[in-house]
Amino acid sequence: MLKIKDIHASIDGKEILKGLNLDIQPGEVHAIMGPNGGGKSTLASVLAGRENYEVTAGTIDFDGKDMLDLSPEERAREGLFLAFQYPVEIPGVSTTNFIKTAVNEKRKHLGQPPLDAVAFLKTMKEKTALVEIDKSLLSRSLNEGFSGGEKKRNEIFQMAMLEPKLAILDETDSGLDIDALRIVANGVNQLRNEHNSIIVITHYQRLLDYLQPDFVHVLVEGKIVKSGTKELALELEEKGYDFIKESLNATAAV
Amino acid sequence: MAEELKMLEETVSKEYEYGFVTNIETDVINKGINEDVIHLISSKKNEPEWMLEWRLKAYYQWLKMEEPTWPNVTYPKINYQDIIYYAAPKKKPKLGSLDEVDPELLKTFDKLGISLSEQKRLSGVAVDVVMDSVSVATSFKEQLAEVGIIFCSISEAIQKHPDLVRKHIGSVVPMNDNYFSALNSAVFTDGSFCYIPKGVRCPMELSTYFRINQENSGQFERTLIIAEEGAYVSYLEGCTAPKRDANQLHAAVVELKAMAKAEIKYSTVQNWYPGDENGKGGIYNFVTKRGICMGDFSKISWTQVETGAAITWKYPSVILKGDNTIGEFYSVALTNNYQQADTGTKMIHLGKNTKSRIVSKGISAGKSQNSYRGLVRAAKGALNARNYSQCDSLLLGDKCGAHTFPYIESKNKTAIIEHEATTSKIGEDQLFYCQQRGIDAETAVALIVTGFAKEVMNQLPMEFAVEAQKLLAVSLEGSVG
Repeated sequence: MLKIKDIHASIDGKEILKGLNLDIQPGEVHAIMGPNGGGKSTLASVLAGRENYEVTAGTIDFDGKDMLDLSPEERAREGLFLAFQYPVEIPGVSTTNFIKTAVNEKRKHLGQPPLDAVAFLKTMKEKTALVEIDKSLLSRSLNEGFSGGEKKRNEIFQMAMLEPKLAILDETDSGLDIDALRIVANGVNQLRNEHNSIIVITHYQRLLDYLQPDFVHVLVEGKIVKSGTKELALELEEKGYDFIKESLNATAAV
Repeated sequence: MAEELKMLEETVSKEYEYGFVTNIETDVINKGINEDVIHLISSKKNEPEWMLEWRLKAYYQWLKMEEPTWPNVTYPKINYQDIIYYAAPKKKPKLGSLDEVDPELLKTFDKLGISLSEQKRLSGVAVDVVMDSVSVATSFKEQLAEVGIIFCSISEAIQKHPDLVRKHIGSVVPMNDNYFSALNSAVFTDGSFCYIPKGVRCPMELSTYFRINQENSGQFERTLIIAEEGAYVSYLEGCTAPKRDANQLHAAVVELKAMAKAEIKYSTVQNWYPGDENGKGGIYNFVTKRGICMGDFSKISWTQVETGAAITWKYPSVILKGDNTIGEFYSVALTNNYQQADTGTKMIHLGKNTKSRIVSKGISAGKSQNSYRGLVRAAKGALNARNYSQCDSLLLGDKCGAHTFPYIESKNKTAIIEHEATTSKIGEDQLFYCQQRGIDAETAVALIVTGFAKEVMNQLPMEFAVEAQKLLAVSLEGSVG
């Protein structure tokens, strides 16, 4: 699904990712943890193709395609989805209209006819139930005046509508109360299947309790310094990142 | 960041879509303005003596006036002696049906997407088309006549309904109101006239398409709409112009009069040639539009979508004379490249319990300058006057400007005047968010702009809203259309 090889990326001339490697197979859920400033969100931005992030070395293969060759919208249409940490507001554009445009752009790219109103509404209805999103939000301007939890739920709703091959959840759990977290996590779990993969960027164990990742990676100073199973996350929760740093220093000292 | 801006700029540059010229024989007089020219215009139009005198009076006033310099726009000095003041198609068809219309003209309408036959068949819109100053086609007139509505060119109205014209012309916008209204009063060649008798609700949207066609011919339309007591009319005006290098002056005057309990809704989609991407050419659109709510409980509502013209100078206003009257102004002004717009409204509250509402949405792209200028005045007797103004500006890129000049004058303590203003930028974040959902930058800009302008677009009649939405997209996008 996704093969990241020795990626170096910088913003404004400052290198943030310093040789990152990651291999994700279909159906897998990978959690990426790590201290602030380690490069977690940069990784999400680089994968999504954000303009001001410059990839200086390395390759990213996305389902057989050279991802770095694709524009952000092409990546999206090919099945990459980023659930934003801070979803933007677009006044005057209803959530429904926005998602319909997005869904049909993707269908056009895949050579499919646009969804007619009936089919679209039917899909919407199914997916709103899935993520327990209040239907009244969908007729309102995209994210405008939404609470933090509503915005995040809207991200997962869009994910459900777009059915991505690879979804990146960038700190989707931040700012969520326990109930909202559970709902969001349930939504994600229901979207999970053997064909699609998910990258979960988070600081906290609690989201992982719900999502049960297959792998946990620790990203420190632009590199994945430790990988393991979900138990690693528990260890991190208990000991903090310092224990990793200490063990790194110990390794460096040898 | 820099690349994002570049992309924005590319997205918003788009060549004028309606840049074509219709080949129709035209009857043109020599350049310049003087007494003889006014005599000539008046005699060519076979006008009564009083009309000629009125024009001459306006001309003498104009001579004493000076071109206004207060708008926030710059342009080279206009040589008024270098303008052709009259151009009329030579083959003046007498029309029983559309089949008699010059086929060239019909082709032009087709290109504009306003084929009369289509319009007639599909939308039930009566279209009075002004092509270079002379009305050449009018439809649905009979149907309207049945309920006593007069809808014709102002030239025809001067011939057939001289008393009505004489009574009302210049009564809302006096000839000496401003420099351009004086000029218009002296040399106007055509325009529309609409009279809705007492208690009549106009059964259809009335629509006029204007089009400048003769090179260097200024076009000076004059429109007069009168709604008698309890009458209702919705009037649509739209225009496009062929691509030209020389600047063309357009100085129209529109007067609306609503008697007691009458309502006039006036909608404009303005798409004059804006000049090329280097700011060369384009129409100077210096327009005076004003309505008066004469009688109690009357209402006048202006809606405008301004995307064209090199320079726009336009303040559709409402004088709220009667008690309990309502004035509304809904505007979207979009400027791109080197376009300049100084537009807004005036709400003059005179009667008691009068209300006005202003919603202005300015969109600036390229190197353009977009100004909102508005006046809300509550006179001493305007007890309980109420105004709400909202002025929002949206910037695309970092080379354009948005300005707001609100003027508020209140002479009584019971008036409540509210003004809200916002300025926002289409952010990198918004664009990237859209792109991440598979929506390319160009479509994203159109989506965001449409959303921004929605409140105003919702005011447009359906058949116009679609066109206007398309126009916004076309004015901003690189490949759509």
